[in-house]
Amino acid sequence: MAYQVDKKSWWEEFKQSQFWKSIFRHGAPTDKRNQSLVILSNVFLHLHPVTARKSGIRISYTWCMGGLAFFIFLVEVITGVLLMFYYRPTAEYAFNDIMALRDHVPLGIMREIHRWGAHAMVITVWIHMFRVFMTGSYKPPREFNWNVGVVLLVLTLLLSFTGYLLPWDQLAMWAITVGSNMARATPFLGHEGPGASLLKVGEVSLVHSGDDVRFALLGGRFVGAPALLRFYVLHCVFIPLAAAVLMAIHFWRIRKDGGISSPV
Amino acid sequence: MSEEQKPPTTPTPPPPAPAPTSLPVQPTMTRRKFLSWFALGWIAFSAAMAGFLTSIVRFLFPNVLFEPPMTFKAGLPSEYQVGKVDERFKIKYGVWIVRSADGIFALSTVCTHLGCTPNWLDAEKKFKCPCHGSGFRMSGINFEGPAPRPLERFKIELADDGQVLIDKSKSFHQEKGEWSDPLSILKV
Repeated sequence: MAYQVDKKSWWEEFKQSQFWKSIFRHGAPTDKRNQSLVILSNVFLHLHPVTARKSGIRISYTWCMGGLAFFIFLVEVITGVLLMFYYRPTAEYAFNDIMALRDHVPLGIMREIHRWGAHAMVITVWIHMFRVFMTGSYKPPREFNWNVGVVLLVLTLLLSFTGYLLPWDQLAMWAITVGSNMARATPFLGHEGPGASLLKVGEVSLVHSGDDVRFALLGGRFVGAPALLRFYVLHCVFIPLAAAVLMAIHFWRIRKDGGISSPV
Repeated sequence: MSEEQKPPTTPTPPPPAPAPTSLPVQPTMTRRKFLSWFALGWIAFSAAMAGFLTSIVRFLFPNVLFEPPMTFKAGLPSEYQVGKVDERFKIKYGVWIVRSADGIFALSTVCTHLGCTPNWLDAEKKFKCPCHGSGFRMSGINFEGPAPRPLERFKIELADDGQVLIDKSKSFHQEKGEWSDPLSILKV
């Protein structure tokens, strides 16, 4: 038995190797210094505060709704990327690919997970905002982060909206037809909005159904194949990227603005 | 500078320093000149960025649109019977052509509530929207459901060859009193 006590375990040996040390430049987080270094030397964790008040992270106080919303976002990213392997955003294939995802692909509830996750993310983001509001966590010095959060709420809703069209069935078509009709009423930029009728040269209207903001969104005068492709790109690339950048700012500002949900 | 770089073995003494009376060397760029170039650079950069942004916005509007044209011919006026709603141009152009006792008019198939497409129910002589239940008379006047105003009519006139010509880029709103416009209905 004695020789076993003296010999270092392979794990301890491994932690002394150049391979391990090139990745982790700190010791085990058993003392305060190394605990801090774990957070500060990790690109993801460094967005977070090194320390948090115990009262601040009480579940009955935060409901963990922000964390849950982020977790669901990650679920959506993973399931969404998987769905992209099968889904083609064209008028010819889109609906059939949705059917195939249910009928011809193993784990046919992948799209349902993505859809339920979308609902859950909208709900958790709303509850998170409610909690932040009720605990007064929007007050200085956190007012900038509240505004970042408002933009993130809008992006969450836009993600749901753009994803709504992708099944390319009757519900999707008419929901987006109805939803995008709101863009007609954009001031100056929508052809039925206030001020649009003022923008004309002689009798020629500068803002009409062929060049207004709704047209830019749909790529046409009605919800057709170009709208499907545009919504797909917005849903899968543009809005998630924007949301990811804003989330990084959001989490980092929690740290910079006095930590999580405690009086400052 | 050059005298310091000479190897120390050279015994010759350094050449005399320039006469102190000579004027200081004029810098190639003065502070004022630099700032004006700086401003010019920023203006050029901003103009280039504005140009890029403009072209990106323009990129969103394609030059060719694969949609049915905004104007189309819809046959001879004699093809239409009084009291009938013609649905031939509904799917492609989004237009019903209605022959009333007054004349022929082109109704938009876009529901004025939220933009769905109603159905013409011939037995009940009304347009009924499947989305939220708005109902319209054959004239286009709304009478039930949430639709806030009548269906729109499009510009209608006779082409040179005697066919009915419809122009969807010009619409007439009843609530604005535009249905009295002679171009909103083709008197036959």
